Amino acid sequence: MSVTPEFDPTAVIRIRDLRTQFGANVIHDGLDLDVARGEVMGIVGGSGTGKSVLLRTILGLNAPAAGQIEIFDQEVTGATDEERRAVQRRVGVLFQDGALFSSLTVAQNIEVPLAEHTSLSPELRSEIADVKINLVGLPLDAANKYPSELSGGMRKRAGLARALALDPEILFLDEPTAGLDPIGAARFDELIGELRDALGLTVVMITHDLDSLNAICDRIAVLLDKRIRVGTMQNLMADDHPWLQDYFHGPRARAAMAAPNQAEQG
Amino acid sequence: MDGAHAAWHGAVSIEEQNGTMTALADDTFSEADFTTASTEDGWMLRLDGAWITQQISAVDGKLRALELPSQGNAIIEIGDVSGLDTAGAWLIHRTELALLARDVAVECRTAAPAYARLLTTVRANDAHCPEPPEPTNAFVAMTERVGKATVDAAVEARDLINFLGHSVIVLGDSIVRPGRIRFTSLVHHIEQAGLNALPIVGLISFLIGIVLAFQGAEQLTKFGAEIFTVNIVAQGVLREMGVLLTAIILAGRSGSAFTAQIGTMKVREEVDAMRTIGLDPMQILVLPRLWALVICLPLLTFYANLMGLLGGAIMATVVLDMTFFQFVRQLSGAVTLWTFWIGLIKAPVFGFIIGLVGCYEGMRVSGSAESVGRMTTRAVVEAIFLVIVLDAMFSILFAILGV
Ligand SMILES: Nc1ncnc2c1ncn2[C@@H]1O[C@H](COP(=O)(O)OP(=O)(O)OP(=O)(O)O)[C@@H](O)[C@H]1O
Ligand SMILES: [Mg+2]
Repeated sequence: MSVTPEFDPTAVIRIRDLRTQFGANVIHDGLDLDVARGEVMGIVGGSGTGKSVLLRTILGLNAPAAGQIEIFDQEVTGATDEERRAVQRRVGVLFQDGALFSSLTVAQNIEVPLAEHTSLSPELRSEIADVKINLVGLPLDAANKYPSELSGGMRKRAGLARALALDPEILFLDEPTAGLDPIGAARFDELIGELRDALGLTVVMITHDLDSLNAICDRIAVLLDKRIRVGTMQNLMADDHPWLQDYFHGPRARAAMAAPNQAEQG
Repeated sequence: MDGAHAAWHGAVSIEEQNGTMTALADDTFSEADFTTASTEDGWMLRLDGAWITQQISAVDGKLRALELPSQGNAIIEIGDVSGLDTAGAWLIHRTELALLARDVAVECRTAAPAYARLLTTVRANDAHCPEPPEPTNAFVAMTERVGKATVDAAVEARDLINFLGHSVIVLGDSIVRPGRIRFTSLVHHIEQAGLNALPIVGLISFLIGIVLAFQGAEQLTKFGAEIFTVNIVAQGVLREMGVLLTAIILAGRSGSAFTAQIGTMKVREEVDAMRTIGLDPMQILVLPRLWALVICLPLLTFYANLMGLLGGAIMATVVLDMTFFQFVRQLSGAVTLWTFWIGLIKAPVFGFIIGLVGCYEGMRVSGSAESVGRMTTRAVVEAIFLVIVLDAMFSILFAILGV
């Protein structure tokens, strides 16, 4: 194992020398990443560079070909079921398509992690589900609807509510603001900022939304050439890698930078 | 960016105040608890422990049972709390609401700005979602279900007939203009539904031949008429068993596969995408599948007949001391060409029905992936049901025609 020089003992997620591949198709090679407690880390990269695969690998849903991944100092690959459950309780995930359980209503979906990991009474579970539904900005009558009766954006919010059910310490989000209207997306950014401040929440979010990157991400991890390059937005903007130049200096990026910095509210 | 960093340092400073944010593992937290007291400022609810999701199950019941003052002021003191999340904040807010409902003025005291902010967030999001609809009285519910099922069955029958008409038009059109049939797709489905079904169809027919011969021999020996075992096997396999078993196997194998394939495409909006591009799903999805089954089922039936007779012949030679030659001679006397045709004529009709039901149920899938599973089950049950109903009708028809 190659220990990177900037070893960070406070990191809640630590990835070293990761390689993932599907058959002969190598997605990541020699990838290192540290995520510190309480930070919001944005992950960007072109389509198909392996952002979702990285997320799945961190969560232990996809076995890496080589390398080490630790969450809360717990090795992900080779963890026992008991250890895995302990980690799961402290982690919330919003998948790219929401991944709601289609046979359950939205409220029941949110109660699943609560029922699985806590001994709360059914009344309290349902009250907490109500709070989360409000929190993510779903209309109240969505509570008793089934996922197939919701729009794409509403499914995403419901997925976020389920990810937040246990008030996790680390929240993984795969393109959370894609499919939300701009007001909803801005409100979501605010919400993430709020939760981070109140709970010491660590957020790892894949996003193509430059407004989100600008507003709430402390650092940005860019997937380039099968590895990750981490930096603040300023660092990365100064980087002369051609993809980064295109990404941060394209017309959309300029528009996002010109907008008032929403993080000032924090 | 600077703003974001300021906020992040804000979180760190809370950590210094309370010493809680550094390690959030559950076991480092103590269970949430509270004490009540009467002070000169009013009734006081003093919270301590960690008011987080994992630690509040006991305190929830205690809070619900707590006797609240009915007048004056109330203070909720949050200063000693070692951790707070939205679930804990909700409990505090719920108590707050209960006090307000009794016209008691409430004040929450906390030194940590993060806690105050979290409480504000939860306060702003405290609306109740409507209750899930109450389950109705069991008898009413059952009557309702029966009524609904009846109406559904009627609607389904109408829609299926509608789909039948549409399919017949498309099928007829494809006979006039065979160029309309997607050849690659047709070959693919013939391979899937026909070729790949050979082992299972063959095995089952062979075994049925054996069973028929064995049972027939056992009964007929009592009358000394064991030679007629051959007639039983021949009539049974050629007229009914061969085609019926093949149809049932295909309903289970291919009808269900059609529903699942088309249903998944519907869920992923592929069918809608096809329509917007100007492709007709009837032509692309339904037609090749229908043709594949109409072509395959007679061929498979022929093969099943052979295997059934073979099984019968082997069993007959074993239990009846009959030579294979005797079996064949008896066979040629027992059946006419019509016996063979009667089985085979039914095959394309059954194939059409199985394909029709499979595709129809697939097209009816809507919304969730769950409905794919439900429709697949339905397709199999309906296809087998219709095949057997049709088989009975054929029997009546042949009886009237006297063949
Ligand atoms: N189960 C799988 N089997 C084989 N290859 C896969 C699998 N999952 C992903 N891939 C490949 O891995 C690569 C990365 O996929 P991934 O879904 O991570 O992309 P992404 O960066 O999330 O893109 P997007 O921004 O479009 O969501 C792609 O080339 C994809 O083809
Ligand atoms: Mg992705």
